[in-house]
Amino acid sequence: MADNQGIKDMIDTKDTKTAPASGVDNKERLKIKRVGMRNQAPEERIHNFEEVPYGYSPEEASIEAKRCIQCKKPFCIEGCPVNINIPAFIKLVESGDFLGAARKIKETNSLPAICGRVCPQEDQCEKVCTVGKKKDSAPVAIGNLERFVADYEAAHGNINIEVTGSIDKKVAIVGGGPAGLTVAGDLRKMGYDVSIFEALHELGGVLMYGIPEFRLPKEIVLSNLKVLENMGVKVYKNIVVGKTFSIDELMEKKGFDAVFIGTGAGTPKFLNIPGEELSGVYSANEFLTRVNLMRSYQNEKYDTPVKRGKTLVVFGAGNTAMDSVRTGLRLGYEDARIFYRRSRKEMTARIEEVHHAEQEGIKFEFLINPVRFIGDESHTVTGVECQRMELGEPDESGRRRPIPIPGSEFITKIDAAIIAIGTNANPIVPSSTPGMNLNKWGYIIADENTGKTTKKGVFAGGDIVTGAATVILAMGAGRKAAVAIDEYLKTGTW
Amino acid sequence: MYKIILKKNMGEGVNLYEIHAPDIASKAKPGQFIILRVHGEGERIPITIANSDQKKGTITALVQTVGKTSHLLSELNEGENIKDVVGPLGVPTDIENFGTVVCVGGGFGIAVLYPIARALKEAGNRVISIIGARRTDLLLMKKEMEDVSSEVLIATDDGSSGIKGLVTDALRNLIEEKKEKIDRVIAVGPVIMMKAVSDMTREKNIKTVVSLNPIMIDGTGMCGACRVLVGGKTKFACVDGPDFDGHLVDFNNLMNRLRFYKKEEAQSYECHNKEHHG
Ligand SMILES: Cc1cc2nc3c(=O)[nH]c(=O)nc-3n(C[C@H](O)[C@H](O)[C@H](O)COP(=O)(O)OP(=O)(O)OC[C@H]3O[C@@H](n4cnc5c(N)ncnc54)[C@H](O)[C@@H]3O)c2cc1C
Ligand SMILES: Cc1cc2nc3c(=O)[nH]c(=O)nc-3n(C[C@H](O)[C@H](O)[C@H](O)COP(=O)(O)OP(=O)(O)OC[C@H]3O[C@@H](n4cnc5c(N)ncnc54)[C@H](O)[C@@H]3O)c2cc1C
Ligand code: SF4
Ligand code: SF4
Ligand code: FES
Repeated sequence: MADNQGIKDMIDTKDTKTAPASGVDNKERLKIKRVGMRNQAPEERIHNFEEVPYGYSPEEASIEAKRCIQCKKPFCIEGCPVNINIPAFIKLVESGDFLGAARKIKETNSLPAICGRVCPQEDQCEKVCTVGKKKDSAPVAIGNLERFVADYEAAHGNINIEVTGSIDKKVAIVGGGPAGLTVAGDLRKMGYDVSIFEALHELGGVLMYGIPEFRLPKEIVLSNLKVLENMGVKVYKNIVVGKTFSIDELMEKKGFDAVFIGTGAGTPKFLNIPGEELSGVYSANEFLTRVNLMRSYQNEKYDTPVKRGKTLVVFGAGNTAMDSVRTGLRLGYEDARIFYRRSRKEMTARIEEVHHAEQEGIKFEFLINPVRFIGDESHTVTGVECQRMELGEPDESGRRRPIPIPGSEFITKIDAAIIAIGTNANPIVPSSTPGMNLNKWGYIIADENTGKTTKKGVFAGGDIVTGAATVILAMGAGRKAAVAIDEYLKTGTW
Repeated sequence: MYKIILKKNMGEGVNLYEIHAPDIASKAKPGQFIILRVHGEGERIPITIANSDQKKGTITALVQTVGKTSHLLSELNEGENIKDVVGPLGVPTDIENFGTVVCVGGGFGIAVLYPIARALKEAGNRVISIIGARRTDLLLMKKEMEDVSSEVLIATDDGSSGIKGLVTDALRNLIEEKKEKIDRVIAVGPVIMMKAVSDMTREKNIKTVVSLNPIMIDGTGMCGACRVLVGGKTKFACVDGPDFDGHLVDFNNLMNRLRFYKKEEAQSYECHNKEHHG
């Protein structure tokens, strides 16, 4: 490093506006190549459900941490929906204080092991990283570092969170997804008496039933849930709010002073084309729930069945579609494909997942729209007829609208189809809660900064407010709601 | 954990379970169901709430042993626990004073029908029930049905009670011979029975409600496994139903969807029987 070129670089950059850590100069830092994550080999991983990336070693993390130039104006912080102090935690990683780095992250994000794995970093913190703006330079791998720190803490430290104080007020959290878990953790930490009501037999929401094991090991979710339980958060599973109890009953009969609704979007959209009712045509939620929540891929131990076959087509190009197609591959579908009605550019999945899917041999076909499913005499799907599309003028979302090409219809033989084109608002809670206003799509209207709904004492956040979004946005909404609930319960003013 | 307070064998392959589940008991309405999981690795299966007792905090379910999960349930004894029970799910059956209502039930459908018939009676209807089974001794809840109906017609395959034949024969008789003025029919039982009833009443223009039993997972509208075609539209039986207008339901599709996992279910049941019963 101390060759002439290195010294020259140091001199050249001595008027830098940034504050280099531990004496390493920015030019030096910028020379370091982004440390990629080692992955399970594609030909192996398509036969198992184990996690794909192995994570950084301490050495790799330290090298990657050196790439951060500790910007005076760290855009990355603004790019993170929960405003993690990214340069500060990375500096701690560089200095080898991994547990300190974990504490730093946890000041604003209680689930770093999860976010480090599933955040669409390329659209958030890493998108605006200064290092990534330089020519031929990739952004600092903030997500990978976050994941490393959280995993290190889980292995070497104590991930428990202390409860400071005791407040004699009861808060009900409806739905145990990322939004609800965040509110629960934040309020319990302040000392509130917090109860989570969850419809399913397990907490976690999409983290448990949607995102597959090979992307987010369930053990990580479970250990984070344990932290909440250790803090004294009460958990009531198998309670469908709106059916078992209504929101009004929680407040009037069960003595809750405030309620947070975080029930997710959770109702699958269908294509509304002929043949969709055939067996073998699934919603992504059904397919993924069978495999993840009900663990049907371990069929020697678990009872819920799942079908296996040869050709699988998944419609859609978001995270849900990627998860479905890669899960199908792992179940043994040899020919697993994505059919998407727009083009590659418009795909909404995390880049890493698309990349991993391609490595695994998933075929992507663009500008294709299904028009009908074809079945046999037992009402089981055997084929799908699609038409090709071309891109027209931009639509209201700013994306160019796909238009069918007449006469381009073709039939693909399939054993299964999965529809992963998004979700609608689940109506159970909204329709059983008078006085709480909804928007025209059935999502709950809530204040962006506080989560306040139009019903006194009731807050909401996450996908049930925004429509399907991301884990970190749901957590961010939960964080803001926790602050607002605290204020409401302290002041009594709505 | 949900304790089994009482278990009773009701005859060939059907058990009655009274389960401690106070939150569900205080809310349950006729036509609603629970989803249960017998153990930690088990599947979620929907079962109708045949009765509920708010004071005791219990619900009653009648379950026919047809595969692995219902079999595992049948191996539990009084005092033992079911891992998960969630409910009451689904939209309650529409209960009003319609006039004369004919309740048609077959198999465990009679258990589903009983609380509905009772509520209909309480609402002021004249309730005529038609219940069917292969033989007299397999007929569920005959006594209970008699208590809530002004008349109970029975159809058995072997003619050991009532008429020899199907519930639809008894229904046809009621409509064509006795010229009974019927305001509504409620049919619960095997899909094939609900289809036959609906086909008959469609001709006669009698409003018919059926309670559908597609494969379910979550029961909260999240997965879409339970979707059924009603009037050409996709409906989720767990949140939009389980009751639907029998004249609009695509029964063939439902039957086929119910059969989809037959092979896997049979394998899982076989494995279980081998492991546990030699
Ligand atoms: C397959 C898939 C992959 C995804 N991948 C990513 C990714 O890589 N990165 C990313 O950032 N985001 C991803 N997302 C999106 C992300 O998971 C969601 O935006 C996020 O989970 C929303 O959190 P939430 O807390 O609002 O709701 P959810 O996670 O949906 O949780 C809601 C919870 O409420 C419960 N509930 C619902 N109704 C009731 C009721 N009536 N009573 C009691 N409980 C109820 C549900 O059972 C559930 O547990 C993915 C989504 C899916 C489906
Ligand atoms: C709303 C509703 C109410 C019901 N009420 C009753 C009741 O009161 N008493 C009763 O005995 N049965 C009832 N059933 C049917 C009961 O759910 C099935 O018999 C049970 O799931 C069979 O599970 P198994 O493992 O024992 O058998 P399996 O061998 O797994 O399946 C046998 C057959 O049961 C059906 N089935 C399997 N899994 C499911 C599932 N998850 N959901 C629904 N059907 C399934 C399929 O047709 C299958 O071929 C009801 C079903 C529904 C949807
Ligand atoms: S939480 Fe997500 S957006 Fe924020 S720093 Fe971590 S990976 Fe980036
Ligand atoms: S923007 Fe990039 S380089 Fe700058 S502080 Fe943030 S992570 Fe470091
Ligand atoms: S059972 Fe999942 S949506 Fe009805």
